Amino acid sequence: MTVKRNLLKVIWYLILLTVSLLFCFPAVYMILTGFKTPQETVVFPPTLIPKVWTLNAYREGLSSGLFGGYLRNSIFVSGMIVAGTVVSSALVGFGFARLRSRFRNLLFVVVLATMMIPSSVTLIPVYSMYASIGWIDTYLPLIVPAFAGGGAFSIFLTKQFFEGIPNEIVESAKIDGAGWMTIFLRMFLPNSKPVLLVVTIFAFVNSWNDFFTPLIFLIDPKKFTVAIGLNTFRNSYGAAMDIAPLMAMATLSVLPILVLFLVAQKYFVQGITTTGIK
Amino acid sequence: MGEVISGKKQKKVPRSSGGRVNRWTSTVSTRREARAFWVFISPWLIGFVCLTLGPMMYSLYASFTNWNGIRAPEFIGAANFIKMFTGDDKFVTSLINTAIYTVVSVPINLSVALVLAVLLNCPFRGKTLFRALLYLPSVCAGVAIFIVWTNLFNPYQGFFNYILAVFGINGPDWLQSPQWAMPALIVMNVTFCGSTMLIFLAGLQNVPEMLYEAARVDGANLFHMFFRITLPMISPVIFYNLIMSMIGALQIFTQPMVMTEGGPIDATYVYGLHLYNNAFRYYDFGYACALSWVLFVIIMVLSLGVIRSSDSWVYSEGRQP
Repeated sequence: MTVKRNLLKVIWYLILLTVSLLFCFPAVYMILTGFKTPQETVVFPPTLIPKVWTLNAYREGLSSGLFGGYLRNSIFVSGMIVAGTVVSSALVGFGFARLRSRFRNLLFVVVLATMMIPSSVTLIPVYSMYASIGWIDTYLPLIVPAFAGGGAFSIFLTKQFFEGIPNEIVESAKIDGAGWMTIFLRMFLPNSKPVLLVVTIFAFVNSWNDFFTPLIFLIDPKKFTVAIGLNTFRNSYGAAMDIAPLMAMATLSVLPILVLFLVAQKYFVQGITTTGIK
Repeated sequence: MGEVISGKKQKKVPRSSGGRVNRWTSTVSTRREARAFWVFISPWLIGFVCLTLGPMMYSLYASFTNWNGIRAPEFIGAANFIKMFTGDDKFVTSLINTAIYTVVSVPINLSVALVLAVLLNCPFRGKTLFRALLYLPSVCAGVAIFIVWTNLFNPYQGFFNYILAVFGINGPDWLQSPQWAMPALIVMNVTFCGSTMLIFLAGLQNVPEMLYEAARVDGANLFHMFFRITLPMISPVIFYNLIMSMIGALQIFTQPMVMTEGGPIDATYVYGLHLYNNAFRYYDFGYACALSWVLFVIIMVLSLGVIRSSDSWVYSEGRQP
């Protein structure tokens, strides 16, 4: 029995170790290549770990100043999107969780159903609407929708969380004559840090990685976010054999997410599992 | 609108709450609550009407028009849809490519995610670390990582073909070959199955241990337990993951846009690219709207198909599986 168990254990480790290595290899390769010298990026056979470590690729990538701009733009845009998503999904989630109305269930089904609607169906009218009010090549088309509930995923998370808060709190506040906004601001918001962190994390990661929306709405390269900026950087740089600067900039563009993941892994897992299970 | 709704509620609530509750206060607070409901959900409601429902209706109308975004749409009947099936080879190509991608990639991703979740559910040390390592790539999946993969897939200087060469295998041209570009995208996408895996894992953790114990007493082996207990018990999670992965796969865009631009020879020219090109390269908004509605209908039909079929394979509590 123990022999069989030990054998199983060895097989288990081997499989998971191999798959983990395969899955994470591109990220590792990216980070390491960013520290290579130009000579080393073109040698054959290719190396994985730099023989000589250098920051030259970072210096070269940042030298034009464009990439620093992309990072700043992304931080601004993602920051605004996070703010909008947190504020509006908390309000909407509270409404669906605690306030009774005959239309509540029906409307919540509509919220969930919007997850099935491909973004392209609304894209073109929305684009021409933004064009007619002069929002093209501004950050407004990226940011404003976040203030409109922040998407089904975030509303689902906050609703789920607010439903779990005991009813006695609400009842006693109502007896004291508190209005719904007071109850929400004083009793629910201060206790909802965990769920708001989850919403923050997903809003940040999704907006940071978003390629499509900035591609459609931004024109001036100075305004680009990291996702499209990196692609522009790659294209302008395409012919060069030395990929170290590209990998260095790619590393920089993933770094915020990587750090966030290391710090707040728990909340990532929580967000995914609550939405998937219910 | 709020008035109308609460007006109806007014009659109902006091009756159900019995004679002891003060009729007047109860009505007022119910009406207040209903009004507060609309206030609280108003951000979503405004967004839904202005950014989803309205535009959807408009795009449905626009799909029957000739519209370039500058002049007003001009009604042309079903011409856009007729063009799709009779005068647009690229439409057919993109539809086939998307179908291939979805049909191959979704089952592979779901299976890999499920196997990994089952492994992570084993009681061995180190599983939290593995869980993090396997989940991380799906969080980072974005342009940066796609660019890295493009370099790794490079047939000459790329790392993958070097590794294959070490094992004596002459690697294919991957993204530069019409036969291998799509498989390359599918292979890459497997590494982004982390969040699907986590959902499976949560589902597995919800299966009552009792069922396995009972099966063990009856002498069931691991395979029996997996197919007779685990799979039926997590079928609601499989259902959710299937729908979500399918919808995601049908809309794939960024990967081919960044890695292949649809090539070589349209091998990875997917529906999303065709839509993007018609809308923002040729400014044929009417036709692009028609394309988007066809995609929407495909998604709806497939999702409803899965939902319909779910009665026969998705376990729900209180009903015999």
